[in-house]
Amino acid sequence: MCGIVGLLVKKPALRPRLGELMVPMLVGMTERGPDSAGLAVFTEPLAENARKISLYSGLGEEGADFNWLGLGHELKEHLGVEAKIVAQGNHAILTAAIAPEPVKRWIKERYPGLHILSTGRAIDLYKDIGTPAEVAARYAFSGLAGSHLVGHTRMATESAVTPDRAHPFTAGEDFCLVHNGSLSNPYGVRRMLEPHGIRFETDNDTEAACRFLEWRLREGDDLETALQKGFEALDGFYTFLMGTADKLALIRDPFACKPAVVAETDDYVAIASEFRSLAHLPDIKHATVFEPAPEEMYVWNA
Amino acid sequence: MERMSFDLAQVPLREVNTFLHKDAPTKGVRQVVVTNPDGAHNIAVGLDCPVEVEVHGHAGYYAGGMNKTGTVTIFGSAGTGVAENMMSGRVHVKGFASNGAGASMHGGLLVIDGDAGLRCGISLKGGDIVVGGSVGSFSAFMAQAGRMVICGDAGDALGDSLYEAVLYVKGNIKSLGADAQIEPMTEADYTTVRELLGAAGMKHDPHGFKRVASARSLYHWNADADQEY
Repeated sequence: MCGIVGLLVKKPALRPRLGELMVPMLVGMTERGPDSAGLAVFTEPLAENARKISLYSGLGEEGADFNWLGLGHELKEHLGVEAKIVAQGNHAILTAAIAPEPVKRWIKERYPGLHILSTGRAIDLYKDIGTPAEVAARYAFSGLAGSHLVGHTRMATESAVTPDRAHPFTAGEDFCLVHNGSLSNPYGVRRMLEPHGIRFETDNDTEAACRFLEWRLREGDDLETALQKGFEALDGFYTFLMGTADKLALIRDPFACKPAVVAETDDYVAIASEFRSLAHLPDIKHATVFEPAPEEMYVWNA
Repeated sequence: MERMSFDLAQVPLREVNTFLHKDAPTKGVRQVVVTNPDGAHNIAVGLDCPVEVEVHGHAGYYAGGMNKTGTVTIFGSAGTGVAENMMSGRVHVKGFASNGAGASMHGGLLVIDGDAGLRCGISLKGGDIVVGGSVGSFSAFMAQAGRMVICGDAGDALGDSLYEAVLYVKGNIKSLGADAQIEPMTEADYTTVRELLGAAGMKHDPHGFKRVASARSLYHWNADADQEY
């Protein structure tokens, strides 16, 4: 199974309430995905030369006791990077005016136990094992602000239940993907991508789809072209929900085996695997509710 | 006690279904109103008495499934598998229905005012389905008996591997499934379409419909077909 949720608020006044509106959506998908949960939230982008990196320490020995302050000192000492680190338990968001790749390389060498969740000017990413309500409370999801987000509740079928195999998956910058379904050709996709220098961090099938689509975007395709190529290259069952700095996108496989429902008002676009997760939203009784068609692209601008 | 109301924001669904199964047949309740369904699964499944259930809002999976002699009206949309395996009675969705609507129905009437998703009427074994809008791909796959009236369009592979079910389509058919063919409408077909549209409360000219039925070429093994159908 698995549950997916997405929310895009159309009015800037609603951005501070994004997390509060979303938490019941995520918790509503607990029966579809009780073992892990996660979300990526897109905020006002940082300046051109700045990046933020979401980090997870729960896979390392220190876990939630990780010395984030020490990481900041070392970054300054070794790379001369003045980073702001906002930590909450085993999760932190590092913000700095940096070229992200050398910093990420340094982090991987120096702190192999740290997992890099996402990189970009707009994306913050959280994911962990536990029920959606537990994960939402652990990272104070209800206080998150931003223009749009994608979230996921997982019932693992294709790889183990670990934080790094939870969704969303990311690749490149300001791109993430959540998946309900199972791909039948992830290893074929990986074998095709690896000669292009693309590295994989897990054995999860969704990571193959995520890295394929991000590769197409990096090669110059616009989102619609990349998704069209996804229809051709990716085989299996999927409802994919993707986030970029300024867009939410949804596609379903030709057999529409995995569900999705959309509710739209003047204030928001909300997407979930089932209506159960949309029922609490404000003014839902007057929302336009529809089921997205298979093999169609739905793209909403933030 | 002719009419009962249940607010699903206040009471658990199990209480509603228990009432419908145990009390409704014995206490002479004719009408049950369910408010705030909020996409809950299994609303009014397994009815076994002539009770009328109104659902005000969007229903989740399997609403009205296995219905026998009951009448379920959903003032909203229905999730996957609405009226699946219905034996008799009537289920009416005022909005759209998701995948697998009326799957393996044996009898009764399923009316969907809006569109139906993929695999509508899959493995239909009897009864009637009337869809005011369009149906998705693989609808009426392996449908064995019964009738479907589709007032909009049909997706890919309509009626793939049909047995004796008959489909009537007003709009475009994106593609027919293996062994399904368009056949001439007879007077009996026009009468059937008129009656089913009347029962569903829909107004269309029966002369605008095409008949789709099985060519019956898959009924017997053809050793010369070389696996090409």
